[in-house]
Amino acid sequence: MADYTYTLLIPLIPFFVFLLLGLQGHKMKPFIAGLIGTSGLGIGAILSYATAFRYFVSEHVAGTGYTSIKAFEVTWLHLTDKLTINLGVLIDPISVMMLVVITTVSLMVHIYSIGYMKGDPGFYRFFSFLSLFSFSMLGLVLATNIFQMYIFWELVGVSSFLLIGYYYEKPSAVAASKKAFIVTRFADLGFLIGILMLSFTTGTFDFQTLTNPAGPAIASKGGAVFMGMSLLAWSLILIFVGGAGKSAMFPLHIWLPDAMEGPTPVSALIHAATMVVAGVYLVARLFPVYALGAPDALHVVAWVGGFSSIFAAVIACTQTDIKRILAFSTMSQIGYMMLSLGVSGFGGEEGLGFMASNFHLFTHAMFKALLFLGAGAVIHAVHTNEITGMGGLRKYMPFTHITFLIACITIAGIPPFSAFFSKDEILVAAFHSNKLLFAIEFIVAGLTAFYMFRLYYGIFWGKDRHYHHTPHEAPYVMTVPLMVLAFGSIFAGFLPFHNLVTSDGLPLETHTEWMIAIPSVLIGLLGIIIATVMYKSETAIPDKVAGTLKHLYKWAHRKFYMDEVYLFVTRKIIYRYISEPIAWFDRHIIDGTMNGIAGVTQYTSVAIKEFQSGKLQQYGYVFISGTVILVLIFVYLF
Amino acid sequence: MLTVGAIMLTKDLKQARLASAIGMGIQLIMAAVLIYLYLAERSAGNTAAMLFTYDVVWFPTLNIHYSLGVDGISVAMIGLTGVVVFAGVFASWQMEYLPREFFISLIILATGVYGFFISLDLFTMFLFYEVAVIPMYILIGIWGSGPKEYSAMKLTLMLMAGSALLLVGLLGIYFFSNPDTNHLTFSIMEISKVNIPIGMQRFLFPFTFIGFGILGALFPFHTWSPDGHASAPTAVSMLHAGVLMKLGGYGAFRVAIFLMPEAAHEQAWIFLILTSISVVYGAFSAIVQTDLKYINAYSSVSHCGLVLFAVLMMNQTAMNGAIIQMISHGLMTALFFALIGMIYGRTHTRIIGEMGGLMKVIPFLGVVYVIAGLASLGLPGFSGFVAEMTIFIGSYQHTDVFHRVITIVAASSIVITAVYILRVVGILLLGPIKDHHFLELTDAKWYERISTISLVLAITAIGMAPLWLSNMINFSLAPIVERLSSIQITSLF
Amino acid sequence: MIQNIPLSYYLVISTLMFFIGIYGFLTRRNLITMLMSVELILNSVNINFVAFNRYLYPQQLQGHFFTLIVVAVAAAESAVAIAIIINIYRNFKSVDVENVDEMKY
Repeated sequence: MADYTYTLLIPLIPFFVFLLLGLQGHKMKPFIAGLIGTSGLGIGAILSYATAFRYFVSEHVAGTGYTSIKAFEVTWLHLTDKLTINLGVLIDPISVMMLVVITTVSLMVHIYSIGYMKGDPGFYRFFSFLSLFSFSMLGLVLATNIFQMYIFWELVGVSSFLLIGYYYEKPSAVAASKKAFIVTRFADLGFLIGILMLSFTTGTFDFQTLTNPAGPAIASKGGAVFMGMSLLAWSLILIFVGGAGKSAMFPLHIWLPDAMEGPTPVSALIHAATMVVAGVYLVARLFPVYALGAPDALHVVAWVGGFSSIFAAVIACTQTDIKRILAFSTMSQIGYMMLSLGVSGFGGEEGLGFMASNFHLFTHAMFKALLFLGAGAVIHAVHTNEITGMGGLRKYMPFTHITFLIACITIAGIPPFSAFFSKDEILVAAFHSNKLLFAIEFIVAGLTAFYMFRLYYGIFWGKDRHYHHTPHEAPYVMTVPLMVLAFGSIFAGFLPFHNLVTSDGLPLETHTEWMIAIPSVLIGLLGIIIATVMYKSETAIPDKVAGTLKHLYKWAHRKFYMDEVYLFVTRKIIYRYISEPIAWFDRHIIDGTMNGIAGVTQYTSVAIKEFQSGKLQQYGYVFISGTVILVLIFVYLF
Repeated sequence: MLTVGAIMLTKDLKQARLASAIGMGIQLIMAAVLIYLYLAERSAGNTAAMLFTYDVVWFPTLNIHYSLGVDGISVAMIGLTGVVVFAGVFASWQMEYLPREFFISLIILATGVYGFFISLDLFTMFLFYEVAVIPMYILIGIWGSGPKEYSAMKLTLMLMAGSALLLVGLLGIYFFSNPDTNHLTFSIMEISKVNIPIGMQRFLFPFTFIGFGILGALFPFHTWSPDGHASAPTAVSMLHAGVLMKLGGYGAFRVAIFLMPEAAHEQAWIFLILTSISVVYGAFSAIVQTDLKYINAYSSVSHCGLVLFAVLMMNQTAMNGAIIQMISHGLMTALFFALIGMIYGRTHTRIIGEMGGLMKVIPFLGVVYVIAGLASLGLPGFSGFVAEMTIFIGSYQHTDVFHRVITIVAASSIVITAVYILRVVGILLLGPIKDHHFLELTDAKWYERISTISLVLAITAIGMAPLWLSNMINFSLAPIVERLSSIQITSLF
Repeated sequence: MIQNIPLSYYLVISTLMFFIGIYGFLTRRNLITMLMSVELILNSVNINFVAFNRYLYPQQLQGHFFTLIVVAVAAAESAVAIAIIINIYRNFKSVDVENVDEMKY
């Protein structure tokens, strides 16, 4: 067994960088601060690659499955005899894969930000938050137990909060960060209760024990039944609620589009490549428990994923804010991953969906980060987020144009770009499990190609707009990360994922099913062609189409009024009908009672004080008549 | 060493604030030394329930002793008090009106609190309790703001009503402390060895528990807290919310539950419902408040409700969580009140709607406020998370369905907490600057930095490495829990 | 000669004095007059003491002693009372008891 203790450094380096920049950053020159942050992540990336190489290649004995290794563990808090919260490092195929994804994307984003954030007064603050985020995200994927995951889950949430609200003087950014935090926090409550229930049923937090097919979680087959499902299934569903909150699944997705108020590199890192897939990672991490212990819960995962993907794809077709389109696209793609996990079984051929999901996660991280960073370069050049304010940029920004095009083709699922492979496998898995879900995903594939090319043409083709100054290509510090990620988007599909990341650790035989691959490519092409016809040169077709589908268009444009529903619930119901009455009740009833008691006392004393008139002779009368009465009584008695 | 509190009185108060700063500094060091000695003694294998005991017969005819001693729990609470008082003295560094009298009262208050935590005798405990409560009236009534006389009166009367109930309870315990012989005692350790008749317990438990509960802001006896906190000067709010409210939790646990376990088991469900109402209700109330201090006061109601809630769960993990929550909430809320005082000192308003964008002008205080907020909503890495998670996990391990359901209800407060904390942070610190006068504000002075940094350090120290604290408390909890679990449980559900 | 006077005569006198004193105390508004009435009450008691002592326990002197103490105390008391009354007069420009109710409650 190889020693992987050094992997501890991968999350710890960003943590120390965070402390250093957070406490001392304001004294540094901005460039130095950026360099420290970037080099910290650079070391992390190198260590991750080394780990991946050792784990998958050099230390791996050919022909055996990949096992999970607990590289390091320390007790953090002792709760009961059985339950302790540990912090540690768990090395297994998915965590190693995530290490590579996170450090790569994060490193690229760090480099990119040196250019993007240039001249910002909070430069050091930005980099310290980025490091905090990287630390938490790495801690999350390396978690050895579900509680450690929860700890870092919260930390990831708060770093996301800090980064979305980075432009804290902008009220919309503040509102967005607040919304993101509260919505995910609400989901985390589900996660927490799920953990409580799971730990109560199984008596452990540890992933290795939980996912062990002979372990207490799976062997118990769920325990008592509540409302048609076992407690285990309920707890897994609640845990999935937490995952759905982070991964912006319907109906907890509303924070994601607003989160685009943050700086664009942040959107690329957190809201496209890493944090939002934490939900997928969570389900994947507990996958054996889901698949073997409570298949019911897995169905929920599949349907939520499927619905979210088509829901988001429809909305994406109508948005005009470049980053929001990408945000809905992210939501749609994560829906894919969730669905893929949901339709998967455990082990062997059944586990295709699991593999495909992680594969798609990997490729998605590459191309979506690329899309966001490209969008960032565009926004950097034209200072607006609206597509309507862009056009004809291909002349001015050749690098950005090419890399963006590559990403669009990739997401459309055209071979041989990477997403073709991963998406194809998801479709195969869905096809073999549930035809309806397959149909949804098939349509979504077409929609995805359509809206991505709508975006592409809107930005880079068409007529020039009136720009404040001539748009210019981004500096090299920004274009180089684009090229690296473009390289990843093209070639990531050739990685032998089916041998590396599988549900049971054993290699999986896959073969392209042409019956599914060809139609899926065709529908992708169809989407591209429609988009080309409609948007390449500005025509009247889009308006006409919007006119015919008026209601649908309007609904989709307003994101199916989900924001309004939430606003109604929070503003009207919680604020107006719960909090205010409680405050009123507290002021008037409870406090009123207390004041009432005091009031009665005071009233009594006011009434009594009349006797104390200060009139000496009145006292005398009272005294003497009292004496006389007493005397009479005594005389009468005796 | 043992009469820690008493030293404070003998101090020469010519240079009042300097003297109290030094005194409290010494006090803090002594608290740290006490913790260290305690741990050393424990690791040396001393397993007595109470360490460093000290006992003098005070009124022989009534068998009242002046009896002191510490276990892991009281050591932890003394540590908390040390930090909070230290920070409180620095937070009120610029007290202008009658500074000497102010610091004397503050120190008397602190003495009462220290004394309470180390008392092993019910009578001494009650005495120190009163010593702690009375200066509150003076401090709020003279140095407060707003409707201070009203608040001071309300606070004192409600706490006095609590102590009247408590006195009944304590005397009841005393008269049944030794039913066989006539040798009555006030000593907690001795009473814990006998069983008070169950009929008497049923009667006395509510008195004792509510008596302490009023101090711990138990619903519906919490209304003194918002008014009192809002009117009190900074250091007093800090000390009050940070430490004094903990006397309630500590007493409820040390006296009410420890000495009357059967009745506690029987009646726990009533109080569990009340405390979980406290938790959720306090949080909801905090959402709509507009005054910073009211927000924090209601948040204290919510968090202190959680303390009593966990105490009533009566298992080791939950009780451990309750004590960590006391410490953690004490530190956090003291930090909050310190910051509110400092912000108020600059902007001269506490209405959040009138402020905005303060992060830009007072970055240090802003950042610390955000840290305090995050700690309060239970972010990992800060003490609040450790406490809340210990409580929830502990409570959820209960085999009883009622206890588990009510745990989920209480756990839902973490979302509401996030709502009101972020609301305040969003309005107060972020966004554009509301008033151009704010541009002239200055950031924290050195004494304010000392005050806040010491609290932040304590919060993060517990949040990052909770194991030693948790173990220290666990060890002392073990005999108590053993006594509780030896009782035949006749649950209603 | 003194033996010829029955005890009841003394008692009648002292009772009369007592009730005259009470009456004066309750009806007069002038503080000085009220003080005089109080003196009357005290002296009626003194007469009782002396008379009872003489008639019931002629061999003992406690009654006389007690009376002397009362007389001494009454003298001191009226000195204090007059001092108070003078002060009241200085403050209120009147010795009417009706006006002196500032210290109620």
